[in-house]
Amino acid sequence: MVEHGDIRVVHCGGSKINFRDPVITHDSRFLLCASGEAVKVFSTSTEECIHELRGHTGLVTGVLLRPSNHLQVYSSSLDGTLRLWDFTDGILIKTCVIGYPIYSFYASDKHENVIFIVASMPKRFQLVAVHLPQSGDQMVEAQELSAVLSGVNPNPAAIAFGRGGEFIASVNDLQLEVYFFKKQKSYRFFLKEDNKKGGWNTFTCVACHPKDDCIATGHEDGKIRLWRNFNHKKEYTYSTLHWHHSTVSSLCFTPEGTNLLSGGVESVLVQWRYNQESERDFLPRLGGAITHITVSPDGSLFCTSHSDNKITIIQSCVKVSAVIQGLVKGDSIRTDLMMDPRSKALVLNGKPGHLQFYSLQRDKLLYNLDIVQQEYIHESGLQQFEVVKAAFDASGSWLATVEERHQKAAELELNLKLWAFDEQTQSFVLNTTISAPHDAQITAMCFCQPTDSQTTLLVSTSKDGHFKAWQLAAPAHTEGPSWLCDFVSAYHGLVPECCSFSADGSLLAVVFQEVVTVWSPSTWELLTTLSQPPGAVSDLCFGRLSCSKYLLGTTASNLLCWNLLTCSLEWTTSMDVRRLVADPLSENMAAFCYQSGSTDLFVFKPSEPRPLFSHKAVCSGKVTQAVFAPREEMLESCEESSQWLNRSQLYFLTQQMDLMTFTTKAEEDRLLASSKQLVIDDSVAMTPFYLLLGKHRQQQQEHQDSDSSLWAERTALPQTSASMKELLQTPAHVLPSTSYLCSMFVQSLLISVSDARSAHAEEEMESEKEEEDSEEEMESSRSKPELAAAAATESDTPALTKAQARELRRVRKLDHSWLAGLLDS
Amino acid sequence: MASFKPTKIQVYPKLGEKVTQDTLYWKNYKAPVQIKEFGAVTSIDFSPVTPHNFAVTAFTRIHIYGPFSQEPVKSFTRFKDTAYCGRFRSDGQLLVAGCEDSVVRLFDVSGKVALRLFKGHTKAVHLTDFTSDRYQILTGSDDYTCRLWDIPNATELTTYTEHTDYIRCGVTSKLNRDLFITGSYDHTVKLFDARVEKSVITMDHGQPVESVLLYPSEGLLVSAGGRHVKVWDLLKGGQPLVSLKNHHKTVTSLALSSNGQRLLSASLDRHVKVYNTTNYKVVHNFDYAASILSLGLAPDDASIVVGMTNSILSIKHRKNQEDSKEIAGQQRRRPSYRVFVKGKNYVPKQDDYLVSKPVKEHLAKYDKQLQRFNVSKALDTALGTYIRFRKPEITVAVIKELDRRGTLKNALAGRDERGLSQLLNFIIGNLVDARFTPVLVTAAEMILDIYQSVIGQSPVVDRQLLRLQDLVKREIEFQKDLLEVLGMLDTMFASSLPRKEVPCSGHFEKERCKF
Repeated sequence: MVEHGDIRVVHCGGSKINFRDPVITHDSRFLLCASGEAVKVFSTSTEECIHELRGHTGLVTGVLLRPSNHLQVYSSSLDGTLRLWDFTDGILIKTCVIGYPIYSFYASDKHENVIFIVASMPKRFQLVAVHLPQSGDQMVEAQELSAVLSGVNPNPAAIAFGRGGEFIASVNDLQLEVYFFKKQKSYRFFLKEDNKKGGWNTFTCVACHPKDDCIATGHEDGKIRLWRNFNHKKEYTYSTLHWHHSTVSSLCFTPEGTNLLSGGVESVLVQWRYNQESERDFLPRLGGAITHITVSPDGSLFCTSHSDNKITIIQSCVKVSAVIQGLVKGDSIRTDLMMDPRSKALVLNGKPGHLQFYSLQRDKLLYNLDIVQQEYIHESGLQQFEVVKAAFDASGSWLATVEERHQKAAELELNLKLWAFDEQTQSFVLNTTISAPHDAQITAMCFCQPTDSQTTLLVSTSKDGHFKAWQLAAPAHTEGPSWLCDFVSAYHGLVPECCSFSADGSLLAVVFQEVVTVWSPSTWELLTTLSQPPGAVSDLCFGRLSCSKYLLGTTASNLLCWNLLTCSLEWTTSMDVRRLVADPLSENMAAFCYQSGSTDLFVFKPSEPRPLFSHKAVCSGKVTQAVFAPREEMLESCEESSQWLNRSQLYFLTQQMDLMTFTTKAEEDRLLASSKQLVIDDSVAMTPFYLLLGKHRQQQQEHQDSDSSLWAERTALPQTSASMKELLQTPAHVLPSTSYLCSMFVQSLLISVSDARSAHAEEEMESEKEEEDSEEEMESSRSKPELAAAAATESDTPALTKAQARELRRVRKLDHSWLAGLLDS
Repeated sequence: MASFKPTKIQVYPKLGEKVTQDTLYWKNYKAPVQIKEFGAVTSIDFSPVTPHNFAVTAFTRIHIYGPFSQEPVKSFTRFKDTAYCGRFRSDGQLLVAGCEDSVVRLFDVSGKVALRLFKGHTKAVHLTDFTSDRYQILTGSDDYTCRLWDIPNATELTTYTEHTDYIRCGVTSKLNRDLFITGSYDHTVKLFDARVEKSVITMDHGQPVESVLLYPSEGLLVSAGGRHVKVWDLLKGGQPLVSLKNHHKTVTSLALSSNGQRLLSASLDRHVKVYNTTNYKVVHNFDYAASILSLGLAPDDASIVVGMTNSILSIKHRKNQEDSKEIAGQQRRRPSYRVFVKGKNYVPKQDDYLVSKPVKEHLAKYDKQLQRFNVSKALDTALGTYIRFRKPEITVAVIKELDRRGTLKNALAGRDERGLSQLLNFIIGNLVDARFTPVLVTAAEMILDIYQSVIGQSPVVDRQLLRLQDLVKREIEFQKDLLEVLGMLDTMFASSLPRKEVPCSGHFEKERCKF
């Protein structure tokens, strides 16, 4: 067995971005959201990820702007730390160790240097106030913890600050608790479990009006209650708003408190006018169910997170301005993992009724292809159409999809759709819809592989015991070409489980439980049958290139390899292979074997007895989906164990729906290097000031590169340029008068010599007269400082007078770097 | 924010005839002009010379119509009894007609009184024609004889007595003055040569022959009798070429379209069928109100004239090019056209910036209601009279969409007697349509579930439910029968296929063991 030296299993892209509510910065330019173990910073205008704030070692559970500094952001994590970041530059400023896993956290203006966290104390969740220690250290430990409320809900939507931090409202199950900080007193309000009409009153979320004494709560039955007068135990009142038909998952007031936003499973953003609740605005069909709603601090942007791993940015409840879409991971991937041969994108189930095209190289969702083309009804328990099978042909010009809807009472609804790639729109266009292609569920589908062949052939196998071949028919006189059934066959009434074409398309193998039947697609003749009882063959793969004479199959306990020339079994090994994938660019095959709770990987050539590579316990659980993705450029690894990764990369989905891949050490190093070089700065707008400063910075860098010795001389320059930058960036109306500023500015430039000056004060006092005398000389020397500096090198020459020598000394001590800096710019 | 996706209306393949060049050609006729005659129209003959008037023989009269007039330009009424077979001479000057009273009359087209009377037949004369030399007349009669007459001196030249039944049809050769063909109720078609005084070729049609027709080349002969139309090759001595059986009643009349590419046959089953003469496939079909006795086709297919048993003469004129041009001209003259085209013909220049206008989406009414979740209203809209009868696929699509949304039960419930009976009517009408069955069965089951408590309260609904029950019973019977037939066919196919041994790995191993 070959050891897996430097090959590593890594997570690959597509972490959740809808886990916690995102944060929009004060200037509405950036959007921050928790994504796995990092905080991602997106630009709200370009939808690009600008950078990731990495450092946490656990799942990030919250992001919050620092109330006292709007350029800094706090993040909390399950690793028990709070971190303070500068999000514009992506710098970690401070780490505060709490010691408990943090589930959510809150802050408000009124409570400076206090952060409220929800942590799991023994038995129950508690809201704890943490006083952040004031120290300049990078790493501090928080000691001052005081419990505020106990028995709170870890869901971040269940707690909210009211009236800028005067009170805090928390909901849990059927109880609303309001805690007033001033009075140090809390009030509790209870609801009955269910009302008369059978709705559920359980609280799901809470929001407080920013100016008014009003708390809005959302409930499981779709109602929103507005609580008032809640500082009395008995005299509290509430009014009910009802539009949502199921759970309200998020509530949010706009910063001025004029509107209340609510969202839920229906995927409709509802805007209620505060105090005129009968007036509502709707923004329907935003995508998946709404999980979080946030509003930018100036109220111009709304932002909704959706259950399909998507963030939508909305301009004041009218228009969707940007959509940030992550890899959609449903409960199950019914279609296999596939590669789009054209875009080299990973294709799998996305939103309900869609196929998603996900670029692995750029870790970005390219687009969603609407397969079902029906209005999605957001209602739980409703049977929807699902895309269950999909297949690409070798050139990527045809896509076949199968969608089905299975109801208990009615019969199965099944549609086979054929999509043609349209060069003009660069996407797939529906060509043929075949409703009810089979009587029962389709078990497998594959296209005929050869690229040179004129006819494209699709074979589908179904549980009704038949397999059908579909062929592109000649164009009719009115319409273009469409697909027709070419051939139907069965084998002894057995159910076909999977099918596969040989690499050259001359053979078709269809598995009928224990029997592998081999057909000739040109004549539709049954050529031979292969079988190796016991156990039904579950996966089938033809060898490629030099191994094309082999046919591999897997049963529950064995991996079988037949030689098609002799029609006999070549070899067999006993292993429980769950998934067998062939590399389209080489002879290699990868087998994922399930063994005692974890999955092992073997990469082998059918013709060789020893596997090329093996990796024990790749992940826990079963791996049922995997795919080889061809690389954009070939790797040149010479190590034997990693050669199989040279031309293509292996991706697989674990049972927990994580997308994993294998990387080599060399590749990682290269990636790391390239990521350092890459600076994304496209979020900064191109203003005249930017052009000025940008050029300045560029020149600096050029200088830095070209002449490092020169750079060393001008150490004072960054200081000057920083002050300049500050001067230029501060708004004009807040600046003091120009005369005041000018002297300040000049002083700031001269600041480095002030010490020297004071040191030589005595000297100067003594020689005041002489100075007057030599004023003329001074003028001349100042006007040409460079010359003087050049002359200073020969200062030892006896020709100079005493006064001249002193002046020279002075000039030498003066710092002229600011002048140089000005000249440069 | 995605837009509302409208309900998908399943497109079903169009059944029935496809639009071909032939359909377009034969559909390009105006609405028929109908003229009431005095009796059944037995014969129509077009004059070979322009302006191609046609003689219509009906009861005791022969009317001559001009190509455009709806009034006869001329009529011959001097018949003692029913007239038969008025035919023009090849110069269009003379007209001959037989009569029930066995006298054959010859008219000048411009005159009124018969120029000559040919007496000699003893029974009604159903066949008259001029020979191609224009000086002789061929007649055939119910007395089983056919005769040749000399026009100038009105004497009988020859009598042929070979037929053994009524002679009802015949045609003279346009190329040879001595050749003529007669068809008789004795099932034979005979080709006579006046020079040898007896029949040269005899063809057995198999049914009483009603009409014969010669191709312009005169190599092929078409005969019609019973339900058959048969084509004979005269150059091969009367060899049968094709037998067509497309009508379901007796074929009474034949005609060739002017270029000889299409053959028309008219029948008592009220249809006129158009055949392609290269492959003898039916390419078009005309329907008429009554059984057709005679058919005439003007030169260049300018009009189709059909005479029927209910004494109606139907004339269809071809739409000419000028008419269609005129319509186009009218459209161009419309002022609104310029308004609509304004700015549309602007060709963008290179630096032009296109400001796109949001396209307004038009949703059908039921889609708008579905968008607002008004499920019952959407179903009502889809059950509107026009959609229900003309586009049942839309109704079914809406029912399917409601089912997908899980709200079909709500939409079906709460209907009064009228609404329910309308719904049941639709289901009864379309349930057995294979395209709609899966959806409508679900709906029908739901209706039964919802309304089972009120069964027996309304006689209308009860009757419909019984009808539905019958329908389902009948359908089940049909399915059973079909399955039986399928089973029989399977066994037949299985037994007819040769059994082929498939090489299998097991065999190889066995053989290896032997070695």
